[in-house]
Amino acid sequence: MKSLLPLVSIVIGTLAYGIWNKARSGRIKLRPNSTLVHVIREKWSVSLGETATMVQFSSVFCATCRATRTLLEDIAQSTSGVVHLDIDAENYLDLVRELDIRSTPTTLFLNHFGVEAGRAVGVPKRDQVLKVLNTL
Amino acid sequence: MRDVKIIDARGPRFGAFITAPVLAAIFITGSVPLLLWQTIVFLIGATLGPSKSPYAYIYRKLIRPRLKGEGPTEDSRPPQFAQAVGALFSIVALVGVSLGVDLIVSVAIGFALAASLLQGIFSYCLGCELYLLLVRATSRSRKRSSVDTPYFLPSL
Repeated sequence: MKSLLPLVSIVIGTLAYGIWNKARSGRIKLRPNSTLVHVIREKWSVSLGETATMVQFSSVFCATCRATRTLLEDIAQSTSGVVHLDIDAENYLDLVRELDIRSTPTTLFLNHFGVEAGRAVGVPKRDQVLKVLNTL
Repeated sequence: MRDVKIIDARGPRFGAFITAPVLAAIFITGSVPLLLWQTIVFLIGATLGPSKSPYAYIYRKLIRPRLKGEGPTEDSRPPQFAQAVGALFSIVALVGVSLGVDLIVSVAIGFALAASLLQGIFSYCLGCELYLLLVRATSRSRKRSSVDTPYFLPSL
């Protein structure tokens, strides 16, 4: 039998990571002065929302993407001027790299110019989404 | 368009609860038969689907009858991906065993253990975090896109 220390370290480290990940998941990070804003309307021949557009990047093996889509679709339907788009990240890898999207779901919140105001990794909370949409 | 298989979401989580102690035991004792067993379990889940795994069988026979109400359901593919990742780690561990390099075994089992703990305790979605990174790293598409190309966006 080996020493228990490596095992205990792994367990504690994993629990710490799990707690940290749960805490930051779904938080909407705003980038008001970010140099990473992308004017997305030039690239896409689809109309953006008058107020805001929520662009969700999803992938196949992503359990939480479904919950995110349900939530954001519901918000888009009940809020005027807000559009929700759900795209398969695998089909848009150039965009994924350019926008530095690393995991799914990642949802970009765009203003009516198609400029990114912020993004959320993981399932966002409804009240936070509404708060962000109100500022756009 | 292939039909998406919907499963009880609590099943894979229970499976992770069984898998974690098994992996911990493998980590401490270095038992090769146990490692072989867990590798087979992972491979069954990865290839045939998580509901065909022996741990899922235990869940259905022993646990679910005792649970109240219908649990949340999910697409079977994300847990299947997690099983595939587990299978990969265990196979790496087996390679480490055959080469006699303990470090490979420990690191591989350590990662598998971390993944199953995250899934069991936090319902962590490994596919959500890993899959896109894998696709990004292995795909050969151009780095910068041309602005001329319009992106058409169908929904998933």
